[in-house]
Amino acid sequence: MSNILVVNQVNKVYGRKQALNNVSLNIAPGRIVGLLGSNGSGKSTLMKLVAGLLHPASGSIQVTGKPIGLETKSLVSFMPDRPLTEKWMKVRDAIAYYRDFYADFDEEKAREMLEFMNLAEDERVSHLSKGMNERLQLTLALSRKARLYLLDEPIGGVDPVARGKILDAIVKFYDEDSSLIISTHLVNDIERIFDEVVFIREGKVFMHEEVETIRLKHGKSVDEMFKEVYAE
Amino acid sequence: MPIEFDNNLPIYLQIMQYIKRQIVTGTLKAGDKIPSVRELAAELQINPNTVQRTFQELEREEVVETKRGLGRYVTSEERKIMMIKKEMAGELLDRFLTGMQELGIEEQDIVSIVTDALAEGSQGKGEQTHE
Repeated sequence: MSNILVVNQVNKVYGRKQALNNVSLNIAPGRIVGLLGSNGSGKSTLMKLVAGLLHPASGSIQVTGKPIGLETKSLVSFMPDRPLTEKWMKVRDAIAYYRDFYADFDEEKAREMLEFMNLAEDERVSHLSKGMNERLQLTLALSRKARLYLLDEPIGGVDPVARGKILDAIVKFYDEDSSLIISTHLVNDIERIFDEVVFIREGKVFMHEEVETIRLKHGKSVDEMFKEVYAE
Repeated sequence: MPIEFDNNLPIYLQIMQYIKRQIVTGTLKAGDKIPSVRELAAELQINPNTVQRTFQELEREEVVETKRGLGRYVTSEERKIMMIKKEMAGELLDRFLTGMQELGIEEQDIVSIVTDALAEGSQGKGEQTHE
């Protein structure tokens, strides 16, 4: 099957800082991919490029063979690390907002997910705890019928129990024909849901490997590998 | 979570062991339906493809069988289940023997240690039932 995502020799520069340095990457359909790296390694930059929110200085990116642009906006669902919802909104408004904005938004799935996440529709978004807000953002992102989902730090600010719930939801609600890229630096909690991991360090792809291969070949967990790669 | 994973070992091998153990101990019986890929992935909080791979390996070993359109079932052959039990016992025994040999214990001594332990064990049980 042809790749969902092809990133070819992409460079991105902020002023004098090289955020991404000659990054190439292929992601096949039906994969859950961990995008791992410490803060400032280039994870979010790569996601924003794929989402079409930033443009590369050079190189090309394609989603299902189409170059990033208007056409790929409906193929990619992006959950940014900062919420897109407005303060005045209730959960219900956030759902309506997404439904109006995205033709591929599946309202029924969203309601099912809200229930699973214990989110009430009349709750104010601004009153939600950080963890509950992450649940809402995940619900919004996964309720679109996309081919590629980008989740930027979906378990960043939540306690281990809430983390479990979010992982549950990802496994339960993701669509098997599409692929999922999840960025995180909390590797230990989440490594079991990955098919493969991409290690990014200082803007470069340092390693791209199947997680079971890491365990089989090196006898190491992804977390241990991560700590070795990023040891200072 | 019903299973504690060791992230240093391939997860699919650990789930295979987990299911085989359930079969041997009778939690899953011959001919029982096993959970779907989705169900087990959600229950264990792991990647669905990993569960898929586990099931494929178990099918290859004829521990489970797929009935078209119905799902996956534990083999209905008792002989196969006995084989799994022997295999798991064999693995335990290997680990035990390796450990004993590493401690430098002679073969005949291993036998007497085991015999003594078994005798003590049955005595212990006897005393308990007296109380």
